Amino acid sequence: MKKLISRRQFLAAAGVVAAAGVLTACGSSSESTGAAASTAGSTAAAGGDTIKIGMLAPLTGDVSIYGLAVSNGAQLYIEQVNAAGGINGKQIEVQLMDEQGDATQAVNCFTQMVDNGITALIGDVTTGPTLAVVAESQEYNMPMVSASATAEAVTYDAETDTVYTNVFRTTFTDPYQGIKMADYAYEKLGYTKAAVIFQKGADYNEGLAENFELEFAANGGEIVASESYSEGDVDFKTQLTTILNANPEVVFCPNYYEDVGQILAQAESVGLDVPFLGGDGWDGVTGYATADQVADSFFCANYAVGAAPEFESAYEEKYGETYPNGFAPLGYDAAVTVCYGLAAAEEAGLEPATDEYKQAVIDAIKNGTIEGVTGTFTFDEHNNPVKTAAILAFDNGAAILKEQY
Amino acid sequence: MYTVKRKTLKMQLRWSINAVLICALFLALNLLTQNVLSTYQNKVLLLVGINMILAVSLNVATGYLGQLPLGHAGFMAVGAYTCALFTKYSPLPENLNGLSFALGLFLGAVMAGVFGILIGIPALRLTGDYLAILTLGFGEIIRITLNNIDDVLGFDLFYGSRGLKNIPKYSNYWTVFLCVVITCFAIHAMMKSRHGRAVLAIRDNEIAAESCGIQTTYYKVMAFSFSAAFAGLAGGLYACYLGVLDPGSFGFMKSIEILVMVVLGGMGSMLGSILSAGVLTILPEALRSFADYRMVIYSLVLVLMMIFRPGGLLGSYDFSLSRIIEKAMNWKSTGKEGADQ
Amino acid sequence: MTVFFSQLINGLSLGSIYALIALGYSMVYGIILLLNFAHGDIIMVGAYMSWFVMSQLGLGPVTAVCASVITCTVLGVVIEKIAYTPLRSAPRISLLITAIGVSFFLEYTTELLLGSGAKVIPAYFEARAFRLGGVNLGLTSIITLAVTVASMLALSFLVRQTRLGKAMRAVSEDMDAARLMGVNVNSTISFTFAVGSALAGIGSVLYCCSYPQATPTMGSMLGLKAFVAAVLGGIGSIPGAMIGGLAIGVCESFVSAIGLSAWRDAVTFAILILVLLIKPTGFLGRKVQEKV
Repeated sequence: MKKLISRRQFLAAAGVVAAAGVLTACGSSSESTGAAASTAGSTAAAGGDTIKIGMLAPLTGDVSIYGLAVSNGAQLYIEQVNAAGGINGKQIEVQLMDEQGDATQAVNCFTQMVDNGITALIGDVTTGPTLAVVAESQEYNMPMVSASATAEAVTYDAETDTVYTNVFRTTFTDPYQGIKMADYAYEKLGYTKAAVIFQKGADYNEGLAENFELEFAANGGEIVASESYSEGDVDFKTQLTTILNANPEVVFCPNYYEDVGQILAQAESVGLDVPFLGGDGWDGVTGYATADQVADSFFCANYAVGAAPEFESAYEEKYGETYPNGFAPLGYDAAVTVCYGLAAAEEAGLEPATDEYKQAVIDAIKNGTIEGVTGTFTFDEHNNPVKTAAILAFDNGAAILKEQY
Repeated sequence: MYTVKRKTLKMQLRWSINAVLICALFLALNLLTQNVLSTYQNKVLLLVGINMILAVSLNVATGYLGQLPLGHAGFMAVGAYTCALFTKYSPLPENLNGLSFALGLFLGAVMAGVFGILIGIPALRLTGDYLAILTLGFGEIIRITLNNIDDVLGFDLFYGSRGLKNIPKYSNYWTVFLCVVITCFAIHAMMKSRHGRAVLAIRDNEIAAESCGIQTTYYKVMAFSFSAAFAGLAGGLYACYLGVLDPGSFGFMKSIEILVMVVLGGMGSMLGSILSAGVLTILPEALRSFADYRMVIYSLVLVLMMIFRPGGLLGSYDFSLSRIIEKAMNWKSTGKEGADQ
Repeated sequence: MTVFFSQLINGLSLGSIYALIALGYSMVYGIILLLNFAHGDIIMVGAYMSWFVMSQLGLGPVTAVCASVITCTVLGVVIEKIAYTPLRSAPRISLLITAIGVSFFLEYTTELLLGSGAKVIPAYFEARAFRLGGVNLGLTSIITLAVTVASMLALSFLVRQTRLGKAMRAVSEDMDAARLMGVNVNSTISFTFAVGSALAGIGSVLYCCSYPQATPTMGSMLGLKAFVAAVLGGIGSIPGAMIGGLAIGVCESFVSAIGLSAWRDAVTFAILILVLLIKPTGFLGRKVQEKV
């Protein structure tokens, strides 16, 4: 059979067409998404007596334990508001979506919520997906409050020196906690030789460890060992043996409580019996470590156990268990923050899901003073909360408030 | 029997029928995306396209070559980071964004292909389970390296675990559609060529193929890197779709997800991969409220599929419009004889 | 020097857990050439069983150990009967995918039932540490190492000296020929799975002694590392699995000790790749001639 067009020629032609297509396609991309967004906004504004907000959290998968705590805490507050008559007589309708700890899923969920006409977003929970949603939320200027994404980059982009004006968080940032604990260890507790063990490849842990080291050294203390491990590791004996041989007075362990439990148990088995310090990832460590292992240990947290008994009892009543970890009160406060913004926008008499409404929510949060269960706080120039840290100690294995620092 | 000349379509007619159909499909989908679908549905549509490329490309290594690589997400990561870095730090002026995207995608694919060769040469000396575990190892090494590379090189280009941000979001319906078409076309053309037949021969019986003078190592590495290159292309689209990259999203699970698409559709069937990529992207979105059961169902489907229909839903069947038309032509004119062929 | 020995002991205790799991892997692979991805998840189920018995039912550690080992054994045989037996004549790739499917099924079912949070397993015995000339010796490490060596010896005896062991070797040599010689192939394979899974059960107990937490995904990386160990030592070889496991454990320990812990898994896989390229049969494996 005779071919008029050879395969090679066809490929070449296809390549040219492809290149041309790509070139023309990129020019038009921004307009089309903009148009789609505004139509979504106008259709959604029709629903009158409810205010729709979105909530994004990993409810299944590896990190679901944090996602569930945040969403439970936040839903608790929304329910309380609705039971008390809502905001400006309007009930708040929450769209809760499960992003399974995955950035792609998170963006999908977010766009779907935008299509459904949400006015504000509570979420996301972990840093990776949150960053993706933040990037996406810029197009819509969607007010969003993350309960627990600690990375600095969530609200502030250091590369271009811009603040994401629509993004807030209710938890401390990584540097803040690291610095707090370094000061506390050196000034209050009088330690001069510290070691650090942290999870590498996770910005929360790295951020705390790095800032602790810098601040502790700046204060005049000495970091005798800095050891790390990677995600999913369960064997820390090697690192702990190295720390043991460096002879520190205290070990800073800014990791989440499940790992902390393993580290404390293994520290005991290699014979390392100095006190440990931690960040708010320790909230929940009770039950994962014995009283012996946490004796003389301290950690800083957003929420001090017992600080808001009405929150704790309401949580227990609704979900049949005590709040599992520090994420729950932060989720609650994220909801408080969003509702604070909504109330201001309602007061101004704006129509939900419009651009002015969203801007009003953002402005209100930015300039407001939020009274939550983790304390009363305002937002600084990078949209981070300004609040005191609670230092917690252990009494017979249970965390108790030592002082505000 | 053989005396009856079977009617066939001329090659250029086949090409033009397919080209017209693709254009029609493009226009139809274009109309749909602009008028009917919401922003969210458009986003999912892009993802469907990206997953199609991934599934079709893995199908080359799994279905056609008969190996089981478990590190496909690693190649995707290579392509994604290459494309992201290029488009982000592109030296080209603003008004040539399209060119920079095209170059980024191209470089991503090439880079992934190069990694495919690098990994393929040692990996393909082994077979079966060893190859699976080796590619899994390589996939993990790529992920761990991306996570920690800043520490080693001492500069903040990749942003490691903090995630690479501010990647220009160039991916849109147009580009993804085009890439899907290019991928399918290139793989189809490759598989229908002499090289493709060599690859199939290796799958069916490696020793026999070798004794017929087929350079098995060469063809295995070629098919493998071909597969990797298109995974890289999909990675590039993904990077410019999401705008943010995090090494964690290219783990073992992602590789398995792609594998499930291929297995479900039928190993060796391009149509199967395309369909199941579509279904497996849209279905979880539709069933988000049942997300709890999603992974359990996934795994059950894998096991049951292997027990009851090991070839996948479509087996190795591939759709060919020309074949159907030819069948119809032969059936009309010569009746039984045509069908006998 | 004392640091060196301390780290060596850490590595050996980690490695002996890998070795124990690798033994199970190796046996199953040796007999039906299946890379049993679900092996690591059987360990996970065993760990949850320990948690359930001690923490939820409040029974003693001896009951917990028995329950874990029995559950693992039964689970291994059930998986073999349901998922692998129908595929005995299927291509290897189908078997492998099935194994991946089974592995995910166990992981996600557990997550669905018990949540993703870690469960703390109460201590089986009181942890104690001895100091021997400046080197720290944990009781757990000693027990782990001793149990592993004992299991290996028992397994060697089983395979070399008993009738069942002979049947196992025959089946792994040539399944059809063994069947013609009157060996009951099905029950031999089931028995192999039972032994391999029982070892996984023992492994889960030892694992929980050292790392007392159970999570749904704990088995996957553990299983992979054990497989790496089995390949390293030469798959199908009992002392090989032991050597491979210890080698991986010690190596990981030293990689962490020099401050490269983030690269630990990467180094493990890199070693695997190197070994496969230089000596694809592993340290003690036999070369199998390809038959046409």
